[in-house]
Amino acid sequence: MKFKTQKIAYWFFLSALGLLALQIIYGFIMGFAHMGMDGLHDIIPFNTARAVHTNLLVCWLLLGFMGSAYYIIPEESQNELYSPKLAIIQLVSFLAVGVTAVIAYHLNWWEGRKFLEIPRPLDYLVVVNVLAFLFNILMTLFTGKKQTTTALVLAMGLLFAALLYLPGMIWFDSQTLDSFYRWYVVHLWVEGVWELIMGGILAFLLIKITGVDREVIEKWLYVIVGLTFLSGILGTGHHYYYIGAPSYWLWIGGIFSALEPLAFLAMALFAINMYRKGEKKHPNKTALNWTLGAAITSFVGAGLLGAAHTLPNVNLYTHGTLVTAMHGHMAFWGAYAMIVLAIIAYAMPNLTGRKLYNNNMTMYAFWLSNIGMIGMTVAFGVAGVAQVYMERIMGVDFMETQKEIQPHFLVLVLCATGFCAGIILYIINFLQYGKPSDEALVSE
Amino acid sequence: MLTKSQAKLFFLAGTVIFSVLFLGLSIDTHLNRVGEQTHEENITEGVIAGKHLWEENNCMGCHTIMGEGAYYAPELTKVVERRGVPYIKGVLMSPTPWGEHTSGRKMVAYGFSDEEANNLVEYLTWIGNIDLNGFPAKPQYKVEKNN
Repeated sequence: MKFKTQKIAYWFFLSALGLLALQIIYGFIMGFAHMGMDGLHDIIPFNTARAVHTNLLVCWLLLGFMGSAYYIIPEESQNELYSPKLAIIQLVSFLAVGVTAVIAYHLNWWEGRKFLEIPRPLDYLVVVNVLAFLFNILMTLFTGKKQTTTALVLAMGLLFAALLYLPGMIWFDSQTLDSFYRWYVVHLWVEGVWELIMGGILAFLLIKITGVDREVIEKWLYVIVGLTFLSGILGTGHHYYYIGAPSYWLWIGGIFSALEPLAFLAMALFAINMYRKGEKKHPNKTALNWTLGAAITSFVGAGLLGAAHTLPNVNLYTHGTLVTAMHGHMAFWGAYAMIVLAIIAYAMPNLTGRKLYNNNMTMYAFWLSNIGMIGMTVAFGVAGVAQVYMERIMGVDFMETQKEIQPHFLVLVLCATGFCAGIILYIINFLQYGKPSDEALVSE
Repeated sequence: MLTKSQAKLFFLAGTVIFSVLFLGLSIDTHLNRVGEQTHEENITEGVIAGKHLWEENNCMGCHTIMGEGAYYAPELTKVVERRGVPYIKGVLMSPTPWGEHTSGRKMVAYGFSDEEANNLVEYLTWIGNIDLNGFPAKPQYKVEKNN
């Protein structure tokens, strides 16, 4: 690392990985429940497990993004972090809010709106927290020596993510309008501004790992984020097909959603080309694997599998089935989880001065988690398609259908076990690095 | 070949143009369309109370409504038409987990009062009458079970 305050990132990464581990446990609870083993029903009913699973995902990814920003922004702007103390306060309070929300879900206290279940009073704390984070990052960026495109795109993504949280906090008597504005948050986050954050982190990693000229990488970064918004903003329409919104969204959503894979395709081609073009052979192959892996898996999971069920006449049958879970798992894994794991894998040797990459453990961590996730995606896909044909086309009762597709959840849980083994290895490797140290400071 | 400043212009112009279009369409949807399509005039006090109950108990954590939610329990958009009011009230007011002895998949025993159950039924009835552009599609076959 080049600046002492980059060390703050470590604590965000550590917290993020802790929440990831907890998220996986709740995922298993749901997997078993789908197989008919719901022994925990009285303490952790399905809706609790579900809310914890998805909210922890959002929490650990946000912590990962924040940690990335605390690592990247000082280095890019050549400036120490504006206030390390504020960053620590912000981390502790974020974790306190997250833990309170998780406990609240076990006590039937929540808002009950998909992905935004967090109880209303806690929403305000999230807003304050994110404002403190943004203040810290923007002050660092704009009092620094340089404002690079990579840093600006990353900061812009974080700023818009904060602004877009607000429409989800308005109460509507109408379920249709409630849902309409809820997607302002959820869709425009994951298929909009989060891609800016991902693009920013990806560009930073490619500059560092491949050694390709910054100007070239940043030019393509603009093209990619341009394609993201060109398709993603009106692509929100694919959530408006069947919720009581006018039928013009079928056309608009259909056309622009079909374009959405382009941004991810561009991202994958960009990463691969930069890697091939790069003359520098960076020794940290683990970080390279995760970086290229994120670019490619996000194209498959978010781009292709999203497009597979986003056309209105397909979605009419797949809407609200396990097909959505198939797409959701690989999309979040490829686009966001992997990019956070990539930046952690890149940052840890620099923060600690230890070079614990490129060993068997890091290799197994990468392949086990990825193969496990591919298996899980296939299991969800098979279960989802079977559900669509039985329930939606043949008219078989919901529960009858669920019983028929139970075996696919056994496959799901088996693949999830492999996935989990990979994550455990990743976390062990992370812990072996130990704490960051000032001795790891290097000057350019 | 594309320069960096052209690429930046593409990004900024595209973002502004599509944001403005999206906001315009959102305003049209909100102000001119949704009211008629969802029969807004039928959103009674009971429907609103029902929506509060729906959210306070995170029903979406297992069920889907208008196709949105989790995939563990039945889709409820047309549940009033499919099951009828007495059955639904029976489920909502049950003091023991519903489904324990029938389907095997349990629902939390909420034990709602008669009034609460009526509010939820009003809410579900209102949802069931929204014009959802054809969702949920009617199954193309009707399967008979042999056993």
